[in-house]
This record gives sequence, C-alpha cells and structure tokens, in this order.
Amino acid sequence: MEWLMMEQWSPYVCGAGIGILSWLTFLLSDKPLGTSTTYVKTAGILERLLRGNRAPQREYFKTTPPSIDWQWMLVLGIIIGAFLSSMASGQARIEWVPEPWLTAFGAAAGPRLVVAFIGGALLGLGARWAGGCTSGHGISGTMQLSVASWVAAICFFVGGIAVATFLYAVLAI
Amino acid sequence: MYEGLRQNRNAQLLLGLVFGIVFGVFLQKAGVTRYEVIIGQLLLTDFTVLKVMMSAAVVGMFGVHAMHGKGMVNLHIRGGSFGATVVGGLIFGAGFALLGYCPGTVAGAAGQGAMDALVGGFTGLLLGSWLFAVLYPRLKPFLSRGEFARKTLQEVLHLRTWPAAILVSALIVALLLALEWLGL
Repeated sequence: MEWLMMEQWSPYVCGAGIGILSWLTFLLSDKPLGTSTTYVKTAGILERLLRGNRAPQREYFKTTPPSIDWQWMLVLGIIIGAFLSSMASGQARIEWVPEPWLTAFGAAAGPRLVVAFIGGALLGLGARWAGGCTSGHGISGTMQLSVASWVAAICFFVGGIAVATFLYAVLAI
Repeated sequence: MYEGLRQNRNAQLLLGLVFGIVFGVFLQKAGVTRYEVIIGQLLLTDFTVLKVMMSAAVVGMFGVHAMHGKGMVNLHIRGGSFGATVVGGLIFGAGFALLGYCPGTVAGAAGQGAMDALVGGFTGLLLGSWLFAVLYPRLKPFLSRGEFARKTLQEVLHLRTWPAAILVSALIVALLLALEWLGL
C-alpha cells in the first residue's frame, strides 16, 4: 500500500487510469465521465427545498430533472477519493489561500474567497452554456472524437490562459 | 449488454460513488486538485493538466471505440454551435482561471481541505448553474446560433473511425513527447 501514501503519481499513469475508468463507466453505467450537471441539479434541489411549491417550473429542469443520480454520486465520490488519497499522503489540510495567490495578492482570505466565488459562478454558467466541463468535454468528449468537445476544450484553455495571464501578469502586486 | 445493471437505479448510485472515489484518487495523485497546478497550466509553466487529460483521452479512445465497434457500448456525442460551445467555453475558461479549479477538481480540492474550493467555489458553481437554468428560455435562440455542420472528427477529416482515432492519438502523443523534450 506504499504507493497510496505517495504524494504524486506520474500524470500519464493517472491519465491512463482515468481512461480505463471511462471504459468501465461506458460499459457498466452507459455514461461518460462528467461532473458539471451535478451543480445545476443541486441548485434545482436547493431551490425546491427553499421555495417548496412556489418554486417556478423552469424549462431547463424538464430535460435535466433536479435529482440525485449517478453523476451526483460520482462528484460525492471525488470528494471522498481525494480526501482519502490526501490523508494517505499527509497532504490533507485546511487551507484558505493557496500558494501562488498568497505570493501575488497577499494572505487575506476575503479577496481570495470573493474571486473564487465569481470564478465558480462563471464556471457553472459557462459549463451549462457549453454543455459540459473539463471532464465531460475535455476528456470524455475528446476521446469520442466529438467536434463540439474539441472546440469546447480549446475554448476552455484559450479563455483560461487569457484570464490567468491578465490576473498574474497585470494585476499581481 | 449489462442492460439489467444499467437500469438498476440503486446499483448505479453505488457504481457512481465507487467510480467517483477512483476518479478522485487519480485526480489527487496527479496533483490537479491543487490550485498551483491548475494556475501553472493556465500560465503555461506546468503542463500536468494537459498531460492527464490527453493521456486519458488516448487510452479512453481505444477502449471505447473498440467496445463500440462490438456493440458493447453506446457513444454519447452531442452537436455544438458557435453560440453555445465557443461562447460558453470562453466563459468557462474565465471562471476556470479565477477559481483555479474546474467542476471536477474543485470537488477533489474541497476533499483535501481547500476552503476556497469549498466555500467560494461550490457556492459560486451553484449560483452560476442556477442562473443558467433561469436564463435558459431567453438564451435558447442564441445557443443554437452558428450550429456546427459536423458532429465527429471522422466527418471533418473524411476518415473512418480507426484511422481518425490513430491520427488524433498520434498527434496527441507527438504533443506530449514535445512537452517532455522541452522539459515542460
């Protein structure tokens, strides 16, 4: 079990592992790996919990019913898997401000949380807008040779490189 | 094949959880649940994210198409458009850079204790996704603007599945070898 305690495995080993994992998800679950639909479903579940019968019947939720499903459990599993893996390697710890941010923008948690929140909102909006995320398009779609997924994955990186460069090359102290 | 298993709701919930745990271990061990690794990729100083994604795509591609050729699995390919795929992809990219995680790795980051992922990232993701559901009826005409004429790379390249898969994976392997050769 020593390999479970290692801090890092080769990115190629991890990538190949995820590739083989996707064979199994296609075969046993008839589903590609993907995560972002879970957030819109959870948002729908929360809206129903908070507003009950007054929650409006949104058109989007007719095709994407807000319920706990296979992918919801997959995302829960990612949290558990990363927790177990980081516990085994001794990397698990509560951290409010990650290293590169700290060097560039200081140790205060407030600004980091606000930017993370805005980033999360754009990520959620963009994932639904483009119909997938770095897993659904970036891995599962590209392996199926889907044109839309290759275009989406390239746009994820074009937008990401532009904004990250602006953030760290222009705005950083 | 496996129709009974695929239709069994409880078995699928359990399988989803097990697949997720394995996925989470691979993401964490690859390092892509860490902010500095994702930002490093977007600043083009650390290519771990690309290496993980592209090796997953190559390995996945062969298994999935081999099983599809034997009728064992269904493909799940959807069409795209300029209005949805390009515009949505760029919005996603901006969020990717500001948050420093993507919708899968943010869950892994939260699992290893990153509070920016748990407190900022999750709440933002829920709000942004909900906003899309709210705006969807009004966005619909824009989302279908400039629909892509072709769904698969096979159609674009005028190749059959295997030649296309071999060509795409050869290009990916060449890219990864170039990155290693450059010491990135």
